[in-house]
Amino acid sequence: MKSGKFWAWLVFALGAAYFFIPLIATVEFSMRMRRGEYSFDAYKVVLGDARFQATFGYSVLAAVFTIILGVLIVVPAAYWIRLRLPQLRPIVEFITLLPLVIPAIVIVFGYIRMYGSNSPLPFLATDTGTTALLVIGYATLALPYMYRAVDTGLRTIDVRTLTEAAQILGAGWGTIITRVILPNVLIAVLSGAFLTFAIVIGEFTMASLLNRPAFGPYLQNIGANRAYEPAALAIIAFAITWGCMSLIQILSRFAPRSANRPN
Amino acid sequence: MADPFLSIQHVRKSFGATTVVEDFNLDVERGEFVSFLGPSGCGKTTVLRMVAGFEEPSAGTIVVGGKDITRLKPNQRNVGMVFQAYALFPNLTVAQNIGFGLKVAGMPRADIDARVAEMLGIIKLPQMADRYPYQLSGGQQQRIALARAIAPKPKLLLLDEPLSALDAKVRVSLREEIRSIQKKLGITTIFVTHDQEEALSISDRIAVMYGGKAEQVGTPFEIYNRPATKFVANFVGTLNVLEGTVTDAAAGTVRVNSEQVSLKGKLNGSKSGDTLSLALRPEAISLGRQPGRDSSLSGEISEVHFLGSVIRVRVGIGGNTVSLDTFNSPATPPPAVGEKAEISFSSSDMLVLH
Repeated sequence: MKSGKFWAWLVFALGAAYFFIPLIATVEFSMRMRRGEYSFDAYKVVLGDARFQATFGYSVLAAVFTIILGVLIVVPAAYWIRLRLPQLRPIVEFITLLPLVIPAIVIVFGYIRMYGSNSPLPFLATDTGTTALLVIGYATLALPYMYRAVDTGLRTIDVRTLTEAAQILGAGWGTIITRVILPNVLIAVLSGAFLTFAIVIGEFTMASLLNRPAFGPYLQNIGANRAYEPAALAIIAFAITWGCMSLIQILSRFAPRSANRPN
Repeated sequence: MADPFLSIQHVRKSFGATTVVEDFNLDVERGEFVSFLGPSGCGKTTVLRMVAGFEEPSAGTIVVGGKDITRLKPNQRNVGMVFQAYALFPNLTVAQNIGFGLKVAGMPRADIDARVAEMLGIIKLPQMADRYPYQLSGGQQQRIALARAIAPKPKLLLLDEPLSALDAKVRVSLREEIRSIQKKLGITTIFVTHDQEEALSISDRIAVMYGGKAEQVGTPFEIYNRPATKFVANFVGTLNVLEGTVTDAAAGTVRVNSEQVSLKGKLNGSKSGDTLSLALRPEAISLGRQPGRDSSLSGEISEVHFLGSVIRVRVGIGGNTVSLDTFNSPATPPPAVGEKAEISFSSSDMLVLH
């Protein structure tokens, strides 16, 4: 028993070391900007950089729109598949996995060919159009995470009976989705939203090839030209991602408990 | 029935090549409590779901209060429904659950609050308004579901096996409560169950269903005492089935295990020599010869089960076994297995199954 515990702790320690040592090294390096002493100078430089603020603000806004688009597409689709078309589930699951298999660069080149200024849908002819296309692209990249999060949430409730109970009480589809289904999968939707946020904040390929002033290309640019700031940026980006994950954990505690499975 | 409130006429429902409901007909009076009773897969829930609008009939019509609702959507029917799985909205409090239908209908807030309070009073849970469904027991959840269903004052109340998920004691008290609320409000109700005791105890009428059809529609008394078909006789209550041979069709005599039983007037269509299935309820049989019982059969006691107030005795008669119940008497010990016994009954209690 004791020997088993020892090996378990050893494996845990090795895993933790593999994970934390590079992180600690990055933190340590990011604080060595001032010679001979530790400081937050690199963070001050990064946070005070107008381009950081602009690109981060741009990516946050893009993330918000991506989340809205993702929710509008995924929630009704996942709901309808659970309710009326369960036979389509394997196909839809396969489709939602495609963005993990098809590289972003392929998707973005497809966009450039399909939506150029000479195409019937000239998204790329204007900055707003290109940003819209970027948001659509982000929604595609986030699809596997958003779909799975929402589908898992739907699995915890009796979708069909709740829908029928609402219908028989006079509710239409809009009311059913907004007042019955969405509130009961809200935590799952938020999980998907935070994952989407984390993906969008760090995404480089699409933003770079569509020439948008997003945070990902800024990260790459700083990384190529500075010494300490990229480490600080990496830690900031890491903190944002971890912040999102922590929020998912905290919010999941507030998920409505199923009436059918009382504690 | 002069002017039925609910009229289900020639309703059929097929899923692909499978027909689950076939030519179902039923008229229900205003304020009546009708149960659909039958085994799993007999089509009772499908009929209920067609009345609710969740399934569209392949043929036939459903009329409520003179209005054809066959093709209306569920949210256009003004029908209340209680589901087996409660189906309370987990994100809403008890009060919000009960007020859901009223809010959807656009009722003013003050009126909703008043109606919710009234409903909580009716189901005797006034202190539960701010609780969430997961904080309630199964019985409490189902009472809330009932309150939610009747809060918008529906024309029709549909109960889809609402007691199946509850334990036995709660089931009995809740079914009495449902019946009492239904009578108080005078709401026309369809109750789906596979539990015969439930159906017999609270219904005005019962539709016994089998194979997608209504085998018999009648009062609990008629269903139990005058079953129209072999299925109804077997499904409702405990039944002893004996094989008999018609010895004299004109005189109405039948031989059961070498003894003659007179069934005058019950052998319509049978000829001498025909084999018949004869049925007797356990409570129609007495152990030993009893005054007023005109028929008797002899056999041997094969099983004795002491059930407290009642003793269930099984008597082997030729190739048949007959169950009967006798009341426990502290002064008299129960009969012993292997004893010779005579059972007696009134031939008028004997049913001929066709």
